[in-house]
Amino acid sequence: MELSNVFLFVGLPYAALVIFLIGTIQRYRNKGFKVSSLSSQFLEGRALFWGTVPFHFGILVLFFGHLSAFLLPGPTLMWNANPTRLITLEITAFAFGLSTLVGLTALFVRRLTNVRIKMVTTKMDIFLELLLLVQVVFGLWVAVGYRWGSSWFAADLAPYLWSLFKANPDITAVGAMPWPIKVHIVGAWLLIGIFPYTRLVHFLVAPLHYITRPYQRVMWNWDRKAIRDPRTPWSAMRPKNN
Amino acid sequence: MDIRAQTAVVFHLDKCIGCHTCSVACKNIWTDRKGAEYQWWNNVETKPGTGYPGKWEDQSIYNGGWVKDANGRIQLKGAGKKKGLLNIFHNPSMPTVEDYYEPFTYNYLNLIEAPPGNDQPTARPVSLITGEPMDVKMGPNWDDDLSGTPDYARNDPNLAALTPAERSAMFQLERMAFFYLPRICNHCLNPACVASCPSGAIYKRGEDGVVLINQKVCRAWRMCVTACPYKKSYYNWHTGKSEKCILCYPRMEAGYAPACMHSCVGRIRYIGVILYDADKIEAVASAEPKDLVARQLDLMMDPFDDKVIAAAKANGIADSTIKAAQNSPSFKFIKQWGMALPLHPEFRTLPMLWYVPPLLPVMASVTQTDGAQKDKLNPIAKTWTDNWLYDTSTEELWGTVEQARFPLKYLASLFAAGETGEVSLRLKKLMAVRIYRRWKTVGDIPEAKMTKALKETGLTQESAEAIFYLTALAKFNDRFVIPAAHREQAMEMLEFTGDVKGSTGFGFREKPERGM
Ligand code: SF4
Ligand code: SF4
Repeated sequence: MELSNVFLFVGLPYAALVIFLIGTIQRYRNKGFKVSSLSSQFLEGRALFWGTVPFHFGILVLFFGHLSAFLLPGPTLMWNANPTRLITLEITAFAFGLSTLVGLTALFVRRLTNVRIKMVTTKMDIFLELLLLVQVVFGLWVAVGYRWGSSWFAADLAPYLWSLFKANPDITAVGAMPWPIKVHIVGAWLLIGIFPYTRLVHFLVAPLHYITRPYQRVMWNWDRKAIRDPRTPWSAMRPKNN
Repeated sequence: MDIRAQTAVVFHLDKCIGCHTCSVACKNIWTDRKGAEYQWWNNVETKPGTGYPGKWEDQSIYNGGWVKDANGRIQLKGAGKKKGLLNIFHNPSMPTVEDYYEPFTYNYLNLIEAPPGNDQPTARPVSLITGEPMDVKMGPNWDDDLSGTPDYARNDPNLAALTPAERSAMFQLERMAFFYLPRICNHCLNPACVASCPSGAIYKRGEDGVVLINQKVCRAWRMCVTACPYKKSYYNWHTGKSEKCILCYPRMEAGYAPACMHSCVGRIRYIGVILYDADKIEAVASAEPKDLVARQLDLMMDPFDDKVIAAAKANGIADSTIKAAQNSPSFKFIKQWGMALPLHPEFRTLPMLWYVPPLLPVMASVTQTDGAQKDKLNPIAKTWTDNWLYDTSTEELWGTVEQARFPLKYLASLFAAGETGEVSLRLKKLMAVRIYRRWKTVGDIPEAKMTKALKETGLTQESAEAIFYLTALAKFNDRFVIPAAHREQAMEMLEFTGDVKGSTGFGFREKPERGM
């Protein structure tokens, strides 16, 4: 039991993080062309709407919720000190969890039943969507069955995660968790581990820089002001478009 | 003044015979691949008709192009920073495969491999997406030559500009007409596709104005498909990347004409450089609808003007490019002679593919009559009055432009944001050149009438002759004036030779730097 805990909560996390880091960099550099959200809206648009919108908004809120409880456990606990705020937070999180579940189920059904979508579905897509489904179902179960997760996550799990990043793993708290929570944690590490080899990579290239850039983009191969200047024969102006 | 060079294209619609050779040339070179089967970077539509994808001109469906907001500033209609990022998970105005057509092939192998049986084996159509047998219901030129049909011609979005009476008159059997509209990407000066791309994968090349999608940076956010009002950015469902016409830049860099233009049987296509003032782009794109055509012409600068040449040189434009601009057939048709019009200028992308509007179906006016001749003919034969189709008396001609077979409003909705004056001026010029040539070669038109026709349209005998030459006799090198291939620069548009400059030759991927 002790050994399996070490494997699941120390070995797996480190392996997952290493694969995530090296895999992402390696994949982006060698197979950059494949980094795409691989949208299938062109082949089917209507059913997609009922899946992708609730799923994406749901999972984004859940992701940043987990992240902030991990990064800022103190403020999270402080917020939760007031029962009204705690309940508001929990209900909101649960609502977004349900939205994720509904969306993901719709996406999964669409993927399995639409002939055209099947043509652009890989085995990895199926595996990933199943894993995500398990993850979301267990997340919802934990939220209902082991109440006030935002508080105990900040109190018990955030220190565990920090201990991993400080290279001094402390798994006493995790080891004592009930099994559905353990499944949810292991699922999370698995997701991080397979991340670079799935379509999830599009999360890393979310186009936030669009907000600040000017609308039009014109690219010159040469610096057009310097091209006729005899003083610049040896300066290497790297063109931006390759 | 910020002078830039743009490769501008002119299609002479009077000369298009609708043979689709251009489409096939492009398809064979660029889009004969999985995921791109349905993409026709070059397609030829019959007008009036719904086109490809169906009703692409109707921006109440597709939300493409730019619109002016309350403050008079232009905004993307269906994309942009706010709308684009909010709708990134599901893009409500994106066309799906049904709006184009489901690509198909035929199971030819069955003709050879079918086991012996009582029935003749057939080659069933199969979907190129799923591989399953399918019923073909739509294709890229499904409305070919189908003027007057309820499903296609009568659903043409441009008919909205006409009254119901004008519409039904247009489709009377005797008056029915159509013309072809070949379309490629317009390589716009204010491209909506570039502005809409959240990843910044789409860019306009400074050197020649070609609009390209960097395939490595495209992440399938699909906003360009919505934003391009001409629906000339296509989503490749297999690779998960958007693609579009590349103006055959590898051919142009080597000095060849783009494939669709090179192969054009009717020789309707002209390509050349135009120098324009980039400082004016935003103002011109925000102009009032009635001024759009005129303001776009203002943007194009005279390549013989010394100030323009100096400004062009200051911006690093090569002498050969300036020379090409002075010799450009596009400049002549568009600006010097004022004979071409942009397709749907009201989309405000400032397209750089201009069309010489079609004259013949417009001028043709047909009436039935009971001439003496009729008695000699079979009773079901139709006879025509003398003064129809190729009427050569100028009074009649000017009279008929307005009562043409196609209402001018129809052409104006296509090419001039509704300004019929812009269209009739160009049609009259086309006719004036014909009158001039008829006077010269046949001689049955009085000189006074010829002179009047030229004067009214602002042409001279010399310019009429030049227009005639470029329209009817132009050789390959007159139609395609592509600046001398700057081979050294051309290569660098793809690969940076500076990486290997100063090394022992090509082949190093790493700088030959001194060791530690
Ligand atoms: S026609 Fe469409 S794809 Fe081409 S440059 Fe203009 S907006 Fe972009
Ligand atoms: S210019 Fe080239 S890529 Fe563009 S439509 Fe013509 S053949 Fe196709």
